[in-house]
Amino acid sequence: MIDLQPLWITCKLALVTTAILLIISVPLANWLANSKSRLKSIAEALVSMPLVLPPSVLGFYFLMAFGPAHGIGRFLEHYFNARLVFSFPGLVVASVIYSLPFMVHPIQAGLSGLSAHLKEASFSLGKSRLQTLFKVLLPNIKPSLLTGIVLAFAHTIGEFGVVLMIGGNIPGQTKVASIAIYDEVEAMNYHSANVYALILFAATFTILLTVYLVNHRYSIAKQL
Amino acid sequence: MLQIAQGKMPLDISCEIPKGQLAAIYGASGAGKTTILRILAGLLTPEQGKINIGPEVWLDTEKKINLATQKRNIGIVFQDYALFPNMTIRGNLDYALGRAQDKKVVDELMEIMELHQLSARYPDTLSGGQKQRVALARALVRKPSILLLDEPLSALDNDMRAKLQDHILQVHRHYNLTTLLVSHDISEIFKMADKIIVLDHGRITKQGTASEIFANQQVSSKFQFTGEILSIEKEDIIYVVSVLINNGIVKVVAIEEDIINLKQGDKVLVFTKAFNPIIWKIEA
Repeated sequence: MIDLQPLWITCKLALVTTAILLIISVPLANWLANSKSRLKSIAEALVSMPLVLPPSVLGFYFLMAFGPAHGIGRFLEHYFNARLVFSFPGLVVASVIYSLPFMVHPIQAGLSGLSAHLKEASFSLGKSRLQTLFKVLLPNIKPSLLTGIVLAFAHTIGEFGVVLMIGGNIPGQTKVASIAIYDEVEAMNYHSANVYALILFAATFTILLTVYLVNHRYSIAKQL
Repeated sequence: MLQIAQGKMPLDISCEIPKGQLAAIYGASGAGKTTILRILAGLLTPEQGKINIGPEVWLDTEKKINLATQKRNIGIVFQDYALFPNMTIRGNLDYALGRAQDKKVVDELMEIMELHQLSARYPDTLSGGQKQRVALARALVRKPSILLLDEPLSALDNDMRAKLQDHILQVHRHYNLTTLLVSHDISEIFKMADKIIVLDHGRITKQGTASEIFANQQVSSKFQFTGEILSIEKEDIIYVVSVLINNGIVKVVAIEEDIINLKQGDKVLVFTKAFNPIIWKIEA
């Protein structure tokens, strides 16, 4: 029987990461979709960085930044007695940054695709930016929100390099399924590795299939 | 300065619209008509300007006053209607209600605009004319000080247009609104507007009543149209010039002297005068 704990940690990590990403990505994507400032290009580049950087680079800098010997890590340790390296919260912080583009990009594209008149009509009816965002804009980009949520979730499940660097491999705390596979292979337990791998394979396939099916139905409903 | 398709253009206008009037802004596309509405709505800020609505100041760049769109009591109807797809027709109107406002306003508008049967439907299932009625009703829920209509009828066929013109006039009078209508349809303007502002390249070239503005042009026994020369063909001793006017091709007879300065692609004026035009109805 294989150890189920890594699967549970993976699932927990993906859920927490996705929830946090949703909260920060909506305002960020909204700003990116509307801003004409020059900072926008810099912000867009930063958000997209995790797409192209090797995960080990991110992991390395997280390790440096959050380690107790340096800036942020020392600050957190000194004032909050919290340590982000080799801990679950550290995994969450790293995952949030690593999966950021997968949540921000669909939402930004969805918002940019809406007619500017929708927002302007809402303003002309005396509604604030916040009301407009929650009552008019977001309800009309449900497929984009769903895509963002699912891609961020699935991408977090698939993390390896970043979690290995920043989380270490502590059973019960930071040992996620993708690392467990690596471990089992190292120990020549091909059967266990295969079980983990199959579960991840099936889970991610199901998740992605669901999104595409649902969004397909949305687009058909729209045409009618 | 306005950024338009042909580069930059200064927009410099000043005018006054008496309360309760329906004013039409008329002009070619790119003349700055929509921009004026957007400035009034606070969706655009001009470099310099003042907007006074009765005793209220909405914009005064010198005194650094610039009310946000939300604070300006306006109703806008966009060309593409801009109905909220996620809400029912009733929902679209309810959304426009202010916090302390009585829901009866919505009932009344649904009645006037004949929307009751559409109440539970979603905008995507409506025809253009129906959407337009919803958009108009929604814009009126807040009892706006001014109603801004940005070519609201241009996407509709003629029958529907006539009906909606009546609807607009009806609510304009019923609610004693001050209405600004952007249009490039002269018959529409004749029917609806108390006052016309003619805009050309960002400037007001004329303003007045419909007959004052158009009297010397289209409403006389002189016909004149502008068109483009498609071809000049020689037939015996005369020439036949084909001119494209709107969507139709008109053949004009000319003698050699006339065509000396003409060539294919020239913009020309085709006119005739001193005869009695005959009027003929083309549609039942």
